[in-house]
Amino acid sequence: MAQAITDKDGVKRYLITLNVNGDAHTVLVKGNAILTNVLRDQLDLTGTKKGCELGDCGSCTVLLDGKPVDSCLVLAVEADGRQITTIEGVAANGRLDEIQQSMINHAAVQCGYCTPGMVLSAKALLTRNPNPSEQEVREAISGNLCRCTGYVHIVEAVMATAQGRVTPDDH
Amino acid sequence: MSDNHSVIGRSVPRIDGPEKVSGAAKYTGDLKFPNMLYGKILTSPHAHARILSIDTSEAERLPGVKAVITHKDVPTLKYGLSPARWDESIFCSDKVRFVGDKVAAVACLDEDTCYKALKLIKVEYEVLPAVLDFLHAMDEGQPQVHEEYARNINTEIHQEFGDVEKALAEAHHVRTDTFVGQRTYQSPIEPHSAISMWDGGKLTIYSSTQSPHYFQHYIAREFDMPMGDVRIIKPYLGGGFGGKLEPTGLEFAGAVLAKLTGRPVRTFYDRAEMFAHNRGRHAQYMEITTGVDKNGKILAAKANFLMDGGAYTSLGIASAYYAGALLPLTYEFDNYQFDMFRVYTNLPACGAQRGHGAPQPKYAFESHLDNVAADLGIDPMDIRIINARRPNTVTPNDFRVNSCKIKECLERVRVMSDWDEKKKNLPLGRGIGVATGSFVTGAGYPIYRTDLPHAAAFIKVCEDGTAATLYTGSVDIGQGSDTVLCQMAAEAMGYRYEQMKIVAADTEITPLDFGAYASRQTYMSGAAVKQAGEEVKRQVLEMASVMLGLPAEDLDCADGQIFSKSRPGKSLSFEEVARKHFVLRGPLLGRGSYTPPKLGGNFKGAAVGTSPAYSFGAQVGEVAIDEETGEITVVGIWDVHDCGKVINPRLLHGQVHGALYMGMGEAVWEEVLFDDKGRIKNAELANYRLLTAVDMPPITSEVVDSYEPSGPWGVKEVGEGATNPTLGMFSNAIFDAMGVRVNSLPLSYEKVWRALKEKREREEDEARRKPEARRAEAPLETDGAMPVYANPS
Ligand code: FES
Ligand code: FES
Repeated sequence: MAQAITDKDGVKRYLITLNVNGDAHTVLVKGNAILTNVLRDQLDLTGTKKGCELGDCGSCTVLLDGKPVDSCLVLAVEADGRQITTIEGVAANGRLDEIQQSMINHAAVQCGYCTPGMVLSAKALLTRNPNPSEQEVREAISGNLCRCTGYVHIVEAVMATAQGRVTPDDH
Repeated sequence: MSDNHSVIGRSVPRIDGPEKVSGAAKYTGDLKFPNMLYGKILTSPHAHARILSIDTSEAERLPGVKAVITHKDVPTLKYGLSPARWDESIFCSDKVRFVGDKVAAVACLDEDTCYKALKLIKVEYEVLPAVLDFLHAMDEGQPQVHEEYARNINTEIHQEFGDVEKALAEAHHVRTDTFVGQRTYQSPIEPHSAISMWDGGKLTIYSSTQSPHYFQHYIAREFDMPMGDVRIIKPYLGGGFGGKLEPTGLEFAGAVLAKLTGRPVRTFYDRAEMFAHNRGRHAQYMEITTGVDKNGKILAAKANFLMDGGAYTSLGIASAYYAGALLPLTYEFDNYQFDMFRVYTNLPACGAQRGHGAPQPKYAFESHLDNVAADLGIDPMDIRIINARRPNTVTPNDFRVNSCKIKECLERVRVMSDWDEKKKNLPLGRGIGVATGSFVTGAGYPIYRTDLPHAAAFIKVCEDGTAATLYTGSVDIGQGSDTVLCQMAAEAMGYRYEQMKIVAADTEITPLDFGAYASRQTYMSGAAVKQAGEEVKRQVLEMASVMLGLPAEDLDCADGQIFSKSRPGKSLSFEEVARKHFVLRGPLLGRGSYTPPKLGGNFKGAAVGTSPAYSFGAQVGEVAIDEETGEITVVGIWDVHDCGKVINPRLLHGQVHGALYMGMGEAVWEEVLFDDKGRIKNAELANYRLLTAVDMPPITSEVVDSYEPSGPWGVKEVGEGATNPTLGMFSNAIFDAMGVRVNSLPLSYEKVWRALKEKREREEDEARRKPEARRAEAPLETDGAMPVYANPS
């Protein structure tokens, strides 16, 4: 259990450790602080977006121990000691991941607000199931709302990545 | 079409792609400034109430609260987007007009304190009777939303062209239908936010806006400042669809809070507040009458509409005009009458949403046209081809159409969708529908009266020629304009897209552009960019002419290479020439601007809907209806557009997909619902029902070969136009599947189920009375004969 500190007004805060993209961060959070806000406001990892804070849009998706979750529905204290991957941790050593490159090449990005969450959901799917059917892709990203693309190019981008090519024919 | 372009016409990857996929792209709500405060607006819990008193003292005493403001602390000048009706205030002073109307605001050290402080502001209200039903808002004795607008009439329009009564009297067949469209909301995934700060007398606002220029103009006006002292910066923007075009109140409240505290203030809406702020599509009642000859040729049309404006005008005057003005675009007829009332109600104000004003009237007209075709026994595709507008024609309301390939779109989509086969053979319960659409390529006139150009651009070539930066006031809200404009700049300069940079939408750095609305950017901003690029190219060729000792007329430049037209061996790289230019002549810069020609007739409202060019399109959709549940499965959608020259095919099709997505949502699911107190019942994305990836059917989109003579390289719009046919297309497909029409949007499963049930009861009733009729008619139930359609995969 995380160490609790009570301030002079009687408000309790918890000292927790978040392992984000391989880095351990020790932060002091209120019991009701959502993971999205702690990532964005305390760790400055603003790649995790906020679109609803109700679990509806998926723009706050992060991987918690490898599984995609809406970080607005996760209390920061729940994530204490666990492994978190945010969009900032997907590209390695300055090189975009294949799924990221595929999203760009397929024009699967428009306003880009859903994109970080979409990339993480897709990445989790491909890790778990490297050879998904189109229906499986659609299901995997169905918690990520995109108002711009109609999902057509996003699904193409994920399917193409699974098939080992990140560039569409019409490129 | 064979062409010799080196950059445009290619699906180059988005210029902002790497930043967006990596999470590096900063949107307004991602920005942080030292010493920043959080601001929140207190809104009305009542649809209509008089404000008796506001007591902020307790909120002010809360630790962490830095400022509390009400109408007493802000300018009282009324504002709005339509200068014809400025009727909004930063905060309400006398009364509130909808649930969510703005009353006060706080600035605090953190978000939590804001919510606590809002609770401590005591507002005493006298609740007034409210007008919630727009169909009765004009009735005698209804409460008045605004004292100065009798019978709650915000605007009324009466236009007549030709002789409608005569044409109807002479028509072979006349039919009237009525339809109702619902209130929908843009629902961009990024919520609205703004960060305001002062530096002496200068105000800077970072904002999620579709138009920094209109913000700058309206904020300067509100605070009585010179425009030069207001700077609007648009960071990355997470969608807009019309919902981020006008000041939201966040900027006004934020600016005042920032001034009082001397600190940057971030103000923002959460999802529910976004719904309350609304400005989405108007609910409307639409009656349409058409007279046709025996072949189905339209002789006259009459539109009689009523719109629910909500509590304020927003862009609604334009929406009202657009609703009627764009109707005669896709089909040719000479006699047209349009009557419209936009009424005030105690609900959130409506404004401009993708396809501004046009999609619902198109739904009504396209559904109506299918009814007319059915009356005459004409194929729905044929009746559209018979009436399709031809190029180089003028609409009865004086819109000049240059390029127009609506007929080709219909012919192509007929083949793609296998229309003729399906029309004959689809079983009951499965149907196919067609509809057309068209839209402006930029509005012919600005929103407020001004003679400023609509778009402008600079290009600065880096001193050693290895990069060029485009400076534009245009706004990439996701549609990809930054990418497309860089392609256009590179093409015009004879340069490479890969070496382009862009600085966009910062009123202090970039030249004026009206922004992202009315589908204007590729065309209007593109025209300015082309001009700027050509100015750079001219200077480069002049310099090269000196360097090569050849006349400039003999030189050309493409893809970063300067070459002689007469002597193939003679060439120079763009880089070396640009560098030389900087050494000898100083900065290598290009400038451009665009002002549309004078457009439209002289009647009242003639300006709305005018555009230098119009796009056209046709869509076919196939649906399967489950008769037990009314469930609609979309089997496929085929879309063909005439959008002129295509600059970036992948981005273009992405626009079509997105437009179809929005149209499909509006056709079947989306609707903002209110309770009997005027409170939104579904102010969340889940219950408003945005479609997910599993809800989307397969989409096939194509373009016809087209060239718009007035546009840069022949371009026209596509992003909004592709929403216009969709509602009508679904209406017609569902009609075809069931043989009965649902006359109101959304065409929900429940309404479909009810319509089928009523039809069945009617038929059973008739059959009981006329037993012999039973054998003559095909049974409605197919006893499991309907094939099962899996979800698209
Ligand atoms: S912000 Fe978490 S799901 Fe929308
Ligand atoms: S790209 Fe805009 S929400 Fe998905």
